[in-house]
Amino acid sequence: MRPPRLPDARGPLTEELLAALRAGTDEFLGVLATAPTATGEDAALALWVLHELHYRGFAEVDDRFEWDPQLIRVRTLLERDLEARLRARFTRPEGLSFVDDVFGWIDDHDGVSLARHVHRDADRDQVLDLLRARSLYHLKESDPASWLVPRLGVRAKAALMELQYDEYGDGDPNRLHHHLFALGMAACGLEPAYDAHYDAVPPEALEQSNALSMVGLQRRLRGAALGHLAAFEATSSVPSRRMAQGLERLGFPDELVGYYTEHVEADAVHEQLAVRTVCGAMLAEEPELEDDLWFGAFTCLDLEDRFARAMLDRWGVSEVAA
Amino acid sequence: MRCFEHPDVILCPGGPMLLRGQHAVEDADGLPHETTRPVTAVCRCDKSASYPWCDGTHKSLPPRLRPA
Ligand code: FES
Ligand SMILES: [Fe+2]
Ligand SMILES: [Fe+2]
Repeated sequence: MRPPRLPDARGPLTEELLAALRAGTDEFLGVLATAPTATGEDAALALWVLHELHYRGFAEVDDRFEWDPQLIRVRTLLERDLEARLRARFTRPEGLSFVDDVFGWIDDHDGVSLARHVHRDADRDQVLDLLRARSLYHLKESDPASWLVPRLGVRAKAALMELQYDEYGDGDPNRLHHHLFALGMAACGLEPAYDAHYDAVPPEALEQSNALSMVGLQRRLRGAALGHLAAFEATSSVPSRRMAQGLERLGFPDELVGYYTEHVEADAVHEQLAVRTVCGAMLAEEPELEDDLWFGAFTCLDLEDRFARAMLDRWGVSEVAA
Repeated sequence: MRCFEHPDVILCPGGPMLLRGQHAVEDADGLPHETTRPVTAVCRCDKSASYPWCDGTHKSLPPRLRPA
């Protein structure tokens, strides 16, 4: 697997960060000085690059920089800002119990659905644009949740592994989900690598990826990570059916349709596991984390809604029914 | 050390039956379907388009039509 190339800068912080990473000297004080002032997609891209050092690294970057103390400091500042923004949008639903009520709550709070648009109305170019924009997320599907494994109690750990084992193909690399997405992209003539599509990735997609990596990498946020997982799985099965039918309508190749049909069935299982066995086990072992389960679930829906609106906006589509 | 519960079958309120392990599930027409995952969701609402597996359709049914 070749490591990806670095993206292009999107503002002063990424200018500074990318130049320093390429220079290869472990001198990041300039980046550290710029970090507190960074905003918008510049901050989002910088955080995405720093997180990515923990996944696959970059062709031009020394692997040792993953644990450079100055870069970890930059990451911490950017994450602090991201977490504060996400928490400011969230109010804990009152009088609900996560395991019993989260499916109903998701039904009431799910936002704009790109799958509905793809199902009936999207054209081919919009779908290709969507695949490119999602690639950054789907090409490492499930990896952010794997950071959690050593941080959970015995029951939650076993339950998460039962789910993740299926995400990773039940031992068969040909069935591994992010590989199925790569095969689907390739079958459409898209290079299955995220560095081929940086230009198509809106800041909202960077933020989805960043939020997921942040809650995965910070043990403190393990409750939010599992809440996010539950909401993600619980909003996948039915939309995946719509995606598959929309892709068939537009004549997309079987490999890509197959990625979505696999998720119809897989996520009908995973949503039950994520809520009942994984989050249920976490609540039995660490009941004080229930607020963060809700925070993670809320954040998942909120960021997907923002991403969906951004995509419809750039296609000039007025809103689709939620 | 405590012994944790780890049932072979979990009935999800309003939703599918989770089935752990490898099994052949016979549908209403007598056709066997092999499970392919460590855990499988078997439809209990009879409305799945992937019958006998659950496809999440139960969630769009009015509560009184969902399985107990
Ligand atoms: S129980 Fe889920 S579709 Fe029937
Ligand atoms: Fe998956
Ligand atoms: Fe899944």
